[in-house]
Amino acid sequence: MAVVTSIVSACNAQRIPLISGGAGFITSTKGGNATYLPVIAPLLAAPLGDHLLVESRATILESFFPRGGGQPGYDHQHFAGLSFLQADIMASRHMTVVAGQFLTPFGTYNERLTPIWISNYEEAPLIFGLGTMSTASSVGGMLRGSAYSNEKANLAYVAYFSAASTNEQFNAQRAAGGQASVYLPESRLEIGYSFDRRLQDQRQNFNGMHLWWEPADSYFRLRSEYAHSPHAQGYWIEADYRFARFHGEDSILGGFEPAFRMQQTFRSRPDSQDGLPAADTQRADFAFNYHFPHEVRINTSYSREFSSVGNRNIWQTGLIYRFLIPTWRRK
Amino acid sequence: MKRTALIIAMGITATFLPLCAQQDPAQKQKSDSKPASQSSPPRQISRGERVFKQNCSRCHNVPQGFPPQISGTVARHMRVRASLSAADENALLHFLNP
Repeated sequence: MAVVTSIVSACNAQRIPLISGGAGFITSTKGGNATYLPVIAPLLAAPLGDHLLVESRATILESFFPRGGGQPGYDHQHFAGLSFLQADIMASRHMTVVAGQFLTPFGTYNERLTPIWISNYEEAPLIFGLGTMSTASSVGGMLRGSAYSNEKANLAYVAYFSAASTNEQFNAQRAAGGQASVYLPESRLEIGYSFDRRLQDQRQNFNGMHLWWEPADSYFRLRSEYAHSPHAQGYWIEADYRFARFHGEDSILGGFEPAFRMQQTFRSRPDSQDGLPAADTQRADFAFNYHFPHEVRINTSYSREFSSVGNRNIWQTGLIYRFLIPTWRRK
Repeated sequence: MKRTALIIAMGITATFLPLCAQQDPAQKQKSDSKPASQSSPPRQISRGERVFKQNCSRCHNVPQGFPPQISGTVARHMRVRASLSAADENALLHFLNP
């Protein structure tokens, strides 16, 4: 009994609520118009007991953009909103029940790569709006977990239902869907399939596939996604390589991380809500990022976009600092 | 059309060139001039390290200066985010805070 008590108290001692997130300054120049974005994205994770975790992430930014209509100078706009506020209940060894507002689990980008301290690019892929129901967040319930896991394979699943919500902070559409993915640790390959259906207004089905590959003993990563809706479809493929092979990630050379992303979207019917370009679009994104010590990184990228409505250059930079601190110190 | 092909070719080159530059670990072992008796056996990674490499580090780097008192919170966060089983969460916790 004393041993069990000591193990439980040891686990609780490691479960102090934390505040993490990123703060940064992002610039974006599209077709000659520069926008400046100071942003902070704090994340709170607070375990409550042995079976409950409350998580939330917010985004607070100020956008400075050129005034339109030939007027000189800049205008600015403030934004503050929650990306998710969810309660995670550890229901069993293989299932977690999530309730509240959560990131819509479609594809990989929304759940894994949207944090500013993780993504290689300052802008989401063109197909980001497909399957994420324009708000990228859902309000309702979700079941997720690992159905099977060993050294050979890992089978993960997600199923969710979202109610319609017009609340400013908890905006969501009525939808349902899920995701299944298989990860093969030996080949470091993940393949997944996503599906969801909008259950309000114009009812639509969305399908998606993703493939990630990180070869063993390599700093190379390949990520890709494909998404399809009745009105549009598209894909992105991203590859990056960190020069940490010879002297490690902490070396001067090891901080460099070039990346390349290829994107294409195809429009079959007009849809003003899906967020994709109105015409077929091709885009090549070249990034050259650097990781400094103390969780600071600089992202720089150049993109060339080709479309029947016009070609344009996009230059983006981001100076990002990631923080991770306990809410209090316990002896 | 030529432009598209050029972009795709550049992308493929940029994607797979780093892989070609990697030295095959098997070849590296062969070229090692040390006698077999002096070479150390391959390191066995723990389950927690495997879970970390297969789930956490695929998206982000290890946070620097990791305070041990939040390792349980981080492991629980990753359990939800990466759909880990309870056993994998415990293994990850042990790896983060041995």
